[in-house]
Amino acid sequence: MAQPIAPMRRMELEAPERFIPVVDAGLCKRCKKCVSECSYRALDFVDGNVKPIGGCVACGRCINVCPAHCIEIRQIPSQFPAHANFNERVRRAIMSQASTGGVLLTSCGTDIAYPVMFDEMLLDAAQVTNPAIDPLREVVETRTFVGGRRGRLQVRDDGRLHMDEGPGPTIAMDMPIMIGHISLGSVSYNAQKALFAAAKELNILAGSGEGGLHKDFLPYAPHVVSEIASGRFGVTGDYLKSTAAVEIKIGQGAKPGHGGHLPGEKVSALISQTRMIPLGTDALSPYPHHDIYSIEDLQQLLSVVKEAVEYKVPVGVKIAAVHNVGAIASGVVRAGADFITIDGFRGGTGSTPRIIRDHVGLPIEVAISVVDQRLTKEGLRNRVTVFAGGSIRSSADMIKAIALGADAVMVCTAAMVAMGCRVCQQCHRGVCSWGIATQREELVSRLDPEVASARVVRLLRSWNEELKEILGAMGIDSVESLVGNRDRLRYFGPNSKIAEIMGVKHVGEGWG
Amino acid sequence: MPADVWGERKHKDVRFDPASAVERRDGLVIIRADTKDGEGRMLHYKVLNDLIRREMLAGTRHIVLEGVMGHRYIASTANRKELYIEIRGTPGNNLGAFLDGPTIEVFGNAQDMTGNTMNAGRIIVHGNAWDVTGLAARGGSILIKGNTGYRVGIHMKEYCGVRPCIVVGGTAKDYLGEYMAGGTVVVLNLGGARGSPVGLHLGAGIHGGKIFVRGKVEDHQLGPGATVRPIEEEDLPELLWCLEEFERAFHTSAPKDKNEYVKIAPASSRPFSGHYDPTSV
Repeated sequence: MAQPIAPMRRMELEAPERFIPVVDAGLCKRCKKCVSECSYRALDFVDGNVKPIGGCVACGRCINVCPAHCIEIRQIPSQFPAHANFNERVRRAIMSQASTGGVLLTSCGTDIAYPVMFDEMLLDAAQVTNPAIDPLREVVETRTFVGGRRGRLQVRDDGRLHMDEGPGPTIAMDMPIMIGHISLGSVSYNAQKALFAAAKELNILAGSGEGGLHKDFLPYAPHVVSEIASGRFGVTGDYLKSTAAVEIKIGQGAKPGHGGHLPGEKVSALISQTRMIPLGTDALSPYPHHDIYSIEDLQQLLSVVKEAVEYKVPVGVKIAAVHNVGAIASGVVRAGADFITIDGFRGGTGSTPRIIRDHVGLPIEVAISVVDQRLTKEGLRNRVTVFAGGSIRSSADMIKAIALGADAVMVCTAAMVAMGCRVCQQCHRGVCSWGIATQREELVSRLDPEVASARVVRLLRSWNEELKEILGAMGIDSVESLVGNRDRLRYFGPNSKIAEIMGVKHVGEGWG
Repeated sequence: MPADVWGERKHKDVRFDPASAVERRDGLVIIRADTKDGEGRMLHYKVLNDLIRREMLAGTRHIVLEGVMGHRYIASTANRKELYIEIRGTPGNNLGAFLDGPTIEVFGNAQDMTGNTMNAGRIIVHGNAWDVTGLAARGGSILIKGNTGYRVGIHMKEYCGVRPCIVVGGTAKDYLGEYMAGGTVVVLNLGGARGSPVGLHLGAGIHGGKIFVRGKVEDHQLGPGATVRPIEEEDLPELLWCLEEFERAFHTSAPKDKNEYVKIAPASSRPFSGHYDPTSV
């Protein structure tokens, strides 16, 4: 009689682990702090020893809390046969999707090694024919004004100056940096508090993100840009009137053309209160604004918001950098935006489909330059403040972005890293071990808003000092003179076509 | 009115006293929106809204707007609960946007985006109100005697017992209650239209709130996430409140037999939770 065939087992084809926390048993004090701090449950205490049990994302929390400094996170070498085309990343995605059948979700900016044009540009400096300035002993102005400047100044026949419409409402920031829109919901109460406090301390702006403004944060409102996105979460007349500026969010660099999606797990009592939605439901923002199907419709929303704020604060528009960004920006300015924020495709997020994050949009370097050139050509550039974001990692990126044509930059991920983020790309799971991208009370309390805020303040101050160093070296005494000053940039990369599109000369090209 | 013509107009330059458009009679404040300035042009919406805002801040309780011809953004963010605005004529888009308390009554038709992101108050329309009425409303009532257009009641929400409602006396077009996250929409079909009084893609992506339709709803009209559910006892107070709100607004009677209505409700409060793979490989 033949042996009965064993019942078929489900095929276990999960992708192998990527990281392993290794604990030195000789040094370990058995305090179990790492076990309790690991919000990804990758460690357990078994038979008197700490053991890795899988699921490590290399967030580094265990290393940080270990009093014996005896933990090391090792990246497990690839367990796949080498293949440059079907690389490990590709094969892992296939395996995961074959198991779940879902759209791959991820967080933070893209981790694909696309060329970064910021790293392919060199800055100029003053030599002989123009003097450099010492920023430690002379004034180098970094104050930046945000708002529309649509008035025209005319000299009349009688010799008097006449301005036809006036400058409109403007805001002064002490440095050309804005902390980007990071919503309460995507990040914790403590994280948003830290960012707002940093903006106040630095006298710059911070975005509220699409989640309304928590009542505790009203004292920061003069430094907050409120956001109207397609879900209109938390948007009331009082909210719009209380803040320094209002931004209509059309798109985000990490997910152009995609709506927001705050999973029900993150809709805690606090979030439900600020967003004004029921507890535990998915907070879905529609893909489009259903009252905007054209530039004319955008003009209407801009106008109604201006009515709502009684023309007292600037009202702007944020768009993702997409292929036709120049024409879109031109339409946005004509529709009446006082400022325009352009978000490049490498920008971060608390949750996005990976397919969109990794494959849709334009690099910010190109987008800034294209928009600046287009608006200048059409005589519109003076009407708006241009913000640029989408992976501004350092002061060098900031300076190059300004030279390419932005008035100021928008910083998000760098501020997160300053607060403790390790860019492990797990924000959408809502269990951030650093208390940043989570709503769980026990995790949120790990982030001290004062400490985090001070770190953001120090980071951005140091960037501003570096900006002054560069401005001084170039012999420029005000950051406004660097805006769109592409002549002070040279392209030092493999693709001169890109340089041509950006309006940047190649290294070696002079002007006289 | 062509938007660019209005946008380019420099209302500040006109030597014209807007106060001449305001008349006080029998305890009412009447603003004539069709008052012509020195160059024969009607009041700009900015001027009209400024006049309304001034009256509201001065404590006026009853404002009559006469000769309204497409003026946009009327009473946006108005927030005095006791304020009543009577509109004679045809208001433009975004009537009562961000409204937070007052009552607006339109003796005529309303255009698109009436009650955009409304928080509280009432908007009564004695005619039709067109597309995207009640977008993202969070509270208050929008009562329409006639018909309404496409994408009405999109992404309405509710929170802590505050629930918006839209009652349509006639019919509605496609995408009614799309992305709906709360609140109540009622379509009464009082004109007795043949076939279904609502269009296609009904409640597409709905994850909260309820839609009541008096008349037939076929399965193919339902959008993703929307299902037809029986009307339970617990639904009745909500439905009746909406019907009574309609009756109060138009001094008429609305059919109250629950068997005439079909209820459309979300299949789940998390319609897309299974759509994604959060493994983060």
